[in-house]
Amino acid sequence: MEKVICTVCPKGCHMKVEIEEKKVEGNSCKRGEIYGLAEVVTPIRVITSTIDIKGGQFKKIPVKTLEAVEKGLNFKIIEEMKKIKVKSPIKCGTVVIENILGTGVDVVVTRDM
Amino acid sequence: MTYDLIVIGGGPAGLASGLSAFEEGVNKVLIIERDVEVGGILNQCIHNGFGLHTFKEELTGPEYAQKYIDMIKETDIEIKLNTMVMKIDDEKNVHILNSEDGYKVIKGRSIILAMGCRERTRGAISIPGSRPAGVLTAGTAQKYVNMLGEKVGNKALILGSGDIGLIMARRLSLEGTEVLGVVELMEHSNGLTRNIVQCLDDYDIPLYLSHTVTNIIGDNRLEKVIISKVDENKKPIEGTEKEFDVDTLLLSVGLIPENDLINDMDIDFDNRTKGVVVNESMETSVEGIFSCGNALHVHDLVDFVSTEAKEAGRSVAKYLGVDKKEVGKKEIILKNGVGLTYTVPQKINVDKVEKIVGVMFRVNKIYENVKIVIESNGKKIKEYNRDHMLPAEMEKIILTKDMLEQCNEEIEIKVTDMEV
Repeated sequence: MEKVICTVCPKGCHMKVEIEEKKVEGNSCKRGEIYGLAEVVTPIRVITSTIDIKGGQFKKIPVKTLEAVEKGLNFKIIEEMKKIKVKSPIKCGTVVIENILGTGVDVVVTRDM
Repeated sequence: MTYDLIVIGGGPAGLASGLSAFEEGVNKVLIIERDVEVGGILNQCIHNGFGLHTFKEELTGPEYAQKYIDMIKETDIEIKLNTMVMKIDDEKNVHILNSEDGYKVIKGRSIILAMGCRERTRGAISIPGSRPAGVLTAGTAQKYVNMLGEKVGNKALILGSGDIGLIMARRLSLEGTEVLGVVELMEHSNGLTRNIVQCLDDYDIPLYLSHTVTNIIGDNRLEKVIISKVDENKKPIEGTEKEFDVDTLLLSVGLIPENDLINDMDIDFDNRTKGVVVNESMETSVEGIFSCGNALHVHDLVDFVSTEAKEAGRSVAKYLGVDKKEVGKKEIILKNGVGLTYTVPQKINVDKVEKIVGVMFRVNKIYENVKIVIESNGKKIKEYNRDHMLPAEMEKIILTKDMLEQCNEEIEIKVTDMEV
């Protein structure tokens, strides 16, 4: 039995999730049940950070994983992001790391600079 | 030089209102921004979660800003960067100052006040103790980390569990600053549930509810922060002190609309919102001057700012195009009943309403299974059920023209218990 606070809507139901029986308690709607199960089986998050940029208006340019990745990879992904440096000008959406840590997800810059 | 519309502030409210006015046919639009670029605070909010309402996708702050910047590039809207507005006079002359033009006066046929808001500082909440380096607002830390690439400290404590504080707890953790806790005066967090889960729980950062900072210790750099539990009157309880060895204290203790510019103007101000009073058209008590975004009242989500700003832009187009004599003056005042802390707008000119008006408001505490009741002249006009409301989440109801026509000069909006 794992405790999960639902983040689907502002209500924030406190739910209990039974993984083996795929049972969710304490949710008020179907969306909560889906979220609760997913959050226990494989919680995923979009990871955002910044990377170095040369010749830009600022020293850093923001980046993100294009899709949500397993949340336990967050620190490793930040380490990978720290290794790269880009040059200005660069357009929002440009891929700067392909298939980060074999997740199949690319990392893109999130603004023009 | 004369513009049809001068927008003061190039953040999300300024960009969306200027764009909306232009799209509605206002030709000569100028946006004035004091920073080196437009986009406002979005540029440093590198996390995702923006845009679900406006663009139906989850964007980061810079991406959200970029969308508006790209749309504005396709228009003839002018932008003046690095420019400070000094004053707005009675003739709608905007006095500006920058290093290229020097001091210059430009005329606006209409003006939108979109200056945004500022963070409350240590001075605003009077924390006792010494005054070492290392005590800074969460937003300042966000700029240091996300834009300037500076680490703010090695060990941090955060006071205030508003969204910026929570977001920074995660951000500092990822950047190698150990976050020992988030301290909140109230019994509940003011942040979105999503941020409690994804910023604190994910990183095992404890949340100390009903606690506050009672001492700050350090000579040159912060060395220690003392927190204490508070009683029901928010007074620290002796003997409950906890000590944290930290070199950094971030403050996320609320935002205040930034309206210094209107201090010398004869314009109605609302002490509840700390913004100007507006009507259904986002128009202030001065004809042709409008306001929107966090300068008007602090919003939870940028999406709501964009919606409101779009409305302000549309109103400007209407104002500039319409023969004002034709519009009647039946004005309804919105009164805060039990449970409400404010409404925006504060008044409604019924004749200017096309079909509907959205009314935004906040409640004073957590409510479960209640009704929002709209009354006028002692008569119930409409009620809405709500199973959950809290001060941190802005509420919105829609008033239709039909409903407004049943009202006299005052509408009361209040929260009541569910009746059987």
